[in-house]
Amino acid sequence: MATRRVRFTFEGDAVTEPIIYLLGREFEVVTNIRMADVEQDFGWVVLELDGSHDEIDRALAWVEEHGVRVDPVAGDVVEG
Amino acid sequence: MTYATSLTCRECSREFPLDPLHVCDFCFGPLEVAYDHDGIQSKISRERIESGPRSIWRYKDLLPVDDEFIVDLNVGWTPLLRADRLAEQLGMRELYIKNDTCNPSWSFKDRVVAVASSRARQMGFQTLACASTGNLANSVSAHAARAGMDAIVFIPHDLEAGKVLGSAVYNPTIVAVNGSYDDVNRLCSELADNRQWAFVNINVRPYYAEGSRTLAYEVAEQLGWRAPRQVVAPMASGSLFTKIHKGFQEFQRYGLIEDTPIRMIGAQAEGCSPITTAWRGGTTNIRPVKPDTIAKSLAIGNPADGYYALKTMKRTDGGATGVSDAEVVEGIQLLAEYEGVFAETAGGVTIAGLRQAIATEQIDPDETTVAFITGGGLKTADAIVEHVTQPIPVEGTLQSFEDAFAEAPQAATVGG
Repeated sequence: MATRRVRFTFEGDAVTEPIIYLLGREFEVVTNIRMADVEQDFGWVVLELDGSHDEIDRALAWVEEHGVRVDPVAGDVVEG
Repeated sequence: MTYATSLTCRECSREFPLDPLHVCDFCFGPLEVAYDHDGIQSKISRERIESGPRSIWRYKDLLPVDDEFIVDLNVGWTPLLRADRLAEQLGMRELYIKNDTCNPSWSFKDRVVAVASSRARQMGFQTLACASTGNLANSVSAHAARAGMDAIVFIPHDLEAGKVLGSAVYNPTIVAVNGSYDDVNRLCSELADNRQWAFVNINVRPYYAEGSRTLAYEVAEQLGWRAPRQVVAPMASGSLFTKIHKGFQEFQRYGLIEDTPIRMIGAQAEGCSPITTAWRGGTTNIRPVKPDTIAKSLAIGNPADGYYALKTMKRTDGGATGVSDAEVVEGIQLLAEYEGVFAETAGGVTIAGLRQAIATEQIDPDETTVAFITGGGLKTADAIVEHVTQPIPVEGTLQSFEDAFAEAPQAATVGG
């Protein structure tokens, strides 16, 4: 089992889609929201994912296919 | 002996031990080093600082490292230049340039890596790591060499050879990741959780960030123990910007300088300006962007401390600027031609941002202003090479020189 802490960023139509609910149904991954801020056409959610490493990878790829940006919780770590 | 006491969550204020942690286990907010302020207050004085080494370690009472673990490359105590010629050009009265191109690996990253590598050594790490396209990798590699530690540096696979050289000379392990910029981000975030390596800006980020405060300490001391009224600094993750302000506030708290207001202005390139865009939009929600600018050392599309940078601007009646790549080049040229300082593109962003801040009345040209130049120009020579003076070709005879010189446009500007 693995745990991953990530940040989802939603824009446009993705804001109103129940992405996190669907993620939990489609994949063997437990979602645990820790912080969030959602406006009318933009929002972000910081959450923890529990599951197998491969299942989390598949789940995150699926989330990105649905127009949601996925980042490490610490933001960009590649610096100049 | 350090006065650091714990790590504290910037969101929920929960406390954690001084371990290699960077995110609060409860709310996932970022962690920051907390100090015994009474202990510092009882010991610190202008005289004590002035008797210290001419490096960031003159401020060791304010840094989270015990003396015996310090990795010392003589970082910091860089020049603060009064920039009268540039000030006149920009219509300003009193402008200073904090010239951090003079650090051992030619950028301000030496300040943060000096603290991160020292703390990493104190926590028992043998390996320093980072993901970087330039300055950070150079500094991590240099500090690891100095400390006798191992270094592993992750770079995008398509990074130019010239940029790899600045790290490679120190003989670190260099891993070229075949994937997108986001892939490198993800890989390194996962490795930081799974390896016994000190990723300087991930699992030891709280200590790393503390090094930036020394920029403010030095400026206050070099100004004759006072804070400037206005600051212009570049923004990438936003950490440097917030820590400069925090550094001035700490000196005020300890009575080392007078408690005067400081207006903080952040500078970004338009091709990667998520913080400036949020500021202009009046929101604290930062929308990540895909960077597209020549200012690659500032190209962080999803800035970890952007929210805190925005709060600093608001609290200080400050502001933000966004400049085009053409303006970045002009900024580099202005600084070089009027003050003799060759900055990398981030310095061009700062100077062009300063000019924009004057034009948009975000700063007062009559107030004392400090602009922070964070890296040396040879690191980004490709950005400027086509915009600089070309040599006048002549034969080795006086007549050849006189003929060519008379025709050359530069001749009109050469006196004597």
